[in-house]
Amino acid sequence: MSVDLSQFHQVFFEESYEGLDVMESALLNIDISAIDDETINEIFRAAHSIKGGSGTFGFKEIAEFTHVVETLLDLIRSDQFEMKADHVDLFLKSVDCIRTMINQFEKGVSCDMEVAGELKAAFTVLLDGENETSSESNEADSKKSAQPNDSHSGAEGWQIYFKPELDILRTGNDPVRMFRELSELGELSVIAVTDDIPSISDIDPEACYMAWNLTLFGGATEEQVNEVFEWVVDDSELVITPLMLQSDTREEDLETSPNVGVVVSEHEATIIPETGENEEIAGKEVAEAKQTTTKKAVAKKEVKTESASIRVGTDKIDDLINMVGELVITQSMLSELGKEFSIENLPKLMEGLAQLSMHTRELQENVMRIRMLPISFAFSRFPRLVHDMSKNLNKKVELVLLGEQTELDKTVMERIGDPLVHLVRNSLDHGLELPEKRLALGKDEMGKITLNAFHQGGNIIIQIIDDGAGLNKEKILSKAKENGLVSASDHLSDDQINDLIFLPGFSTAEAVTDISGRGVGMDVVRRNIQELNGSVEVESKEGEGSVFTIRLPLTLAILDGQLINVGEQVYIFPLVSIVESIQTHDQMIHRVSGGCDVLRLRNEYIPIVKLWDVFNIKPKHETVEDGLLVIVEGDNIKIAVLVDDLLGQQQVVIKSIRENYRPVHGVSGATILGDGTVSLILDISGLIKLAGVGRDAYKKINDANDTEAA
Amino acid sequence: MATILAVDDSASMRQMVTFTLKGAGYDVIEAEDGQKALDKAKNRAVDLVLTDVNMPVMDGIELVKNLRTLPDYKFTPILMLTTESAGDKKVQGKNAGATGWLVKPFNPEQLLATIKKVMG
Repeated sequence: MSVDLSQFHQVFFEESYEGLDVMESALLNIDISAIDDETINEIFRAAHSIKGGSGTFGFKEIAEFTHVVETLLDLIRSDQFEMKADHVDLFLKSVDCIRTMINQFEKGVSCDMEVAGELKAAFTVLLDGENETSSESNEADSKKSAQPNDSHSGAEGWQIYFKPELDILRTGNDPVRMFRELSELGELSVIAVTDDIPSISDIDPEACYMAWNLTLFGGATEEQVNEVFEWVVDDSELVITPLMLQSDTREEDLETSPNVGVVVSEHEATIIPETGENEEIAGKEVAEAKQTTTKKAVAKKEVKTESASIRVGTDKIDDLINMVGELVITQSMLSELGKEFSIENLPKLMEGLAQLSMHTRELQENVMRIRMLPISFAFSRFPRLVHDMSKNLNKKVELVLLGEQTELDKTVMERIGDPLVHLVRNSLDHGLELPEKRLALGKDEMGKITLNAFHQGGNIIIQIIDDGAGLNKEKILSKAKENGLVSASDHLSDDQINDLIFLPGFSTAEAVTDISGRGVGMDVVRRNIQELNGSVEVESKEGEGSVFTIRLPLTLAILDGQLINVGEQVYIFPLVSIVESIQTHDQMIHRVSGGCDVLRLRNEYIPIVKLWDVFNIKPKHETVEDGLLVIVEGDNIKIAVLVDDLLGQQQVVIKSIRENYRPVHGVSGATILGDGTVSLILDISGLIKLAGVGRDAYKKINDANDTEAA
Repeated sequence: MATILAVDDSASMRQMVTFTLKGAGYDVIEAEDGQKALDKAKNRAVDLVLTDVNMPVMDGIELVKNLRTLPDYKFTPILMLTTESAGDKKVQGKNAGATGWLVKPFNPEQLLATIKKVMG
């Protein structure tokens, strides 16, 4: 039967990437002064699996390269080779190299062997230096010995004396099975030698006291005969001699065989190879199997175009199936009710509907859980990154990862990777001081960067914490003034100053280093995070370090929304952006130059945006006094939005307008409400731009009022 | 039909082995390490065990030792999947009570031939 191995390739690639990640993180955790066996074993196991798999699935280049890596690891494992810091780097490079090779196979491009060749040479030097017979040569030896040393294929048959060890049955080997196998090679005669069977009182029923004289007629090669006894040859007495003459062979050979002094009893049996039905059936099955193989292979090919897969725990799937089952039961109950509905069944109907809504919600939550992955997927690249970077910068850094099991939507995870890398790089490059400086400051020479993830409300919070120098406020302020981002007369709070680093065109790096300051600023980080409906903030204490806090929604597909209405229209605010909602009175409203109303709330002036005005619709209440003000925040700017009324809060499924129509300012998407009507989801940043109350206007208002108040 | 317990920590190897064996008409139970295999073997009758050697939690050699202590598995054929370089593993495996071995890398045909060798 032939099996199309390519159907297993994708799984092999995925598990190999995982294995490489395991190797990498274990290598990074190695303490050279005290290497712990389990860590080396872990690395070895991963390499071993990749080697085994790549050999099996036909990726020879990977198998050959990994073999060299594995050989050295094996020597380290068995304490025959001392591992030094340089070797860790060599292994890390090999991990990268194998990863690249797998990637090339996955993409179907030819394998670039240059790096592999160089690394292989480095390994060979190490292995040769160690005057051990490397397992490679062992392998060659074993291959040689496996080859037939004399090809007696022309012989008429074989005379075999076989006396297994007493314990043969306890290893699951059965002599009868071997005889059956031999009988498939030719005509076999079996004579049992029962000399060594002890008296009945001494017999261990599980031991094998028998020996056999076997004569195999026909053209089987010695190799074939040896193969039958391959697993037991080391523990048994086995003599195989060629059978030259067809006549008299039995007697003669019996005499030449050892240990056949007196034959007490002989049982002769001839085993004829089984043919007929069984094989036919087997043949049929094979044919069927073949068919399914090709079918599956075809199906696989069709799907293969860019099939991003996701690994889901079976428990999650089981939960889903369970829940769908419940849903079906509820549905059938409801349709039963609907057949002959009378008013006394109303409570039952209500109960059914309540169940339906519960199951639907559970189903939704569970389906969302399928897309959730632990954030360790995003965190896993940092140990290596920090290791390489700290070496590059001559800094000593300890990386602490917390909350790695916190789950996050796969798409969010993929898109948060780059901003995270940027922030960690920043902390390492600009935040942490050089060891000498740290010592001079009375800090531990070893800097510390902590990545922390946890759930808070419906959000996931990721923090990047360093114990470095913290943000230099004067430098930030002077830079901001230089770039005209703030005016000389501005009075900014500490938080506001820190926040300046997220503005476009802001970089205080004195020199552009290899690591950060490549023109991609924090503004891009903030924009990327905002595109995910998230936010990023920084807290910092000079001399003590900084904390960057990223807040992200758990998923991009569903939003917690506040429904509001203006006239006939219903709009939705993302709940996260709402600060508060208030009913106003006259004293709180101020009119500033330019015809813009502002709300004075706890010494802060907030521009008022009239939604009916922006969207040009007819409201119930035109004036601020009659309506409600919803204070929302976006881009760190607050606006008070005038609406007619607040409706309910609910989770809404976001449908993209950009994809289905075209980008619309002030609107991030749409959703369909319970009654079937379409409602627009408001985009606060867009709304601010649309209403012309951006940062400049906001500043002007607060400045003007400050002077007015003064 | 005979039931085979296939033990390997690599999902791709397990899939390949299972697919091949099922194609040949065997029932297959999978386990991803020795401990899980042992648990499954205790709960079900298995006619043949096919195990990888290098695995986390419990390796193949330990699995063989443990299986041989169970009355139901005293004489059950247990085959190890080893690599050529691991010559000492064969000896260790044999001493633990393994029936035989199949050298990696192997192809589906070799796998079936070996299984046939012990299952008849």
